Amino acid sequence: MKTGTDRVKRGMAEMQKGGVIMDVVNAEQAKIAEDAGAVAVMALERVPSDIRAAGGVARMADPRIMDEVMNAVTIPVMAKARIGHIVEARILEAMGVDYIDESEVLTPADEEYHLNKREFTVPFVCGCRDLGEAARRIGEGASMLRTKGEPGTGNIVEAVRHMRKVNAQVRKIVGMDEAELMTEAKLLGAPFEILLEIKKNGRLPVVNFAAGGVATPADAALMMELGADGVFVGSGIFKSDNPAKFAKAIVEATTHFQDYELIAHLSKDLGAAMKGIEISSLAPEARMQDRGW
Amino acid sequence: MVKIGVLGLQGAVREHIRAIEESGAEAVTVKQPGQLAELDGLIIPGGESTTIRKLIDKYSFMDGLKEFAREGKPMFGTCAGLILLAKRVAGYEEPHIGAMDVTVERNSFGRQRESFEADLDINGVAEGFTAIFIRAPHIVEAGENVEILAKHNGRIVAAREGQFLGCSFHPELTPDHRLTTYFIEMVKEAREKNLV
Repeated sequence: MKTGTDRVKRGMAEMQKGGVIMDVVNAEQAKIAEDAGAVAVMALERVPSDIRAAGGVARMADPRIMDEVMNAVTIPVMAKARIGHIVEARILEAMGVDYIDESEVLTPADEEYHLNKREFTVPFVCGCRDLGEAARRIGEGASMLRTKGEPGTGNIVEAVRHMRKVNAQVRKIVGMDEAELMTEAKLLGAPFEILLEIKKNGRLPVVNFAAGGVATPADAALMMELGADGVFVGSGIFKSDNPAKFAKAIVEATTHFQDYELIAHLSKDLGAAMKGIEISSLAPEARMQDRGW
Repeated sequence: MVKIGVLGLQGAVREHIRAIEESGAEAVTVKQPGQLAELDGLIIPGGESTTIRKLIDKYSFMDGLKEFAREGKPMFGTCAGLILLAKRVAGYEEPHIGAMDVTVERNSFGRQRESFEADLDINGVAEGFTAIFIRAPHIVEAGENVEILAKHNGRIVAAREGQFLGCSFHPELTPDHRLTTYFIEMVKEAREKNLV
């Protein structure tokens, strides 16, 4: 009997496919998310838009919040550790969190090295903007990927950019001659073995969810249309006027992302979505997606 | 060729479709209740059972699924799918589809860090079958007509009751299709019986 194998860690993410993972900050929100049909919740101290507003250093949440959320729901609970913060990640693993997000939403603890995620029994999800970044994270042991998008903006444009980029690059790898892969690995800064695996299987070896800017049911459906395996919604739900209704609508739009009549119906009278931010108005240091490499 | 559906609301749908196709049967992703009538058998995949149940209700799948069971058509539940098939879920008053005469306990091996893989002997199906358990349930109690197919550390993790097959683990996550093939044989037998 073996725990923490690649198949066990990646398999956990496979089970989340077609689902929505929602950011929550307490037991009450976690229950709303579970009732709406979320496949998992991300327990946080503050949602990304509030982290953005608060400024300063954003760290792992108070473990009390993780405990509270884990006791409130039966679906898996994820939590965020700072990029490269070995001890925050170990604390979350020790607490029994089901998945760790090594996340650029928090202030990085290490600007040079990401975590060696292979050493952990608990699986990790990491953000990526392109295939080089995706392959490096898989190389370090990430069992699940998500687009970085631009968290806490309610603006889908960056998540779209990142999903299209990764998928276009995957298609390119699949179509390449094997002899060309080493040069491509050098250009992308990607481990050769991961590219070889992508070429052989015709797809990424782990699931890739959309994250960072999903604010409406139509946004969630758009990301599924572009090939996302599922959707993370951060600030979008609990910064909207009617979180319970919003959460349900996003779950349904994700399941039936090509049923446009249904999405029209469930988008009616949802109340205001979160207020968005135009990406070009962000100062360079406020761009979370540029954290990590 | 028999036609097998995979309930496609959420979870490991793609992997089951591939396993069915590689085992030589026709596979269909089932997203609408109307599709059930054309199928010879149905797989309910792993995923989040709470989520799948909510979507079953939302899209009025429940009557169709119960009817499918009443017609005697084979159904195979893996992990969350086993929870949905079971007649009793420990700690809950109501079952979901409530078709297979077993009591199932959710997340009974612990949280994700306790998830594991182990080699199993599945009675009459496969020896040395690598089974992937992810936040897996197990069968706490089985009715008298239930055939126990496999145990892990004394816990029932695979069983069959006539047309129903259920397991705690994820056969779709490995390239070993022996359990899927076994289910396809169940479907073929059931269809032949119906045609006679």
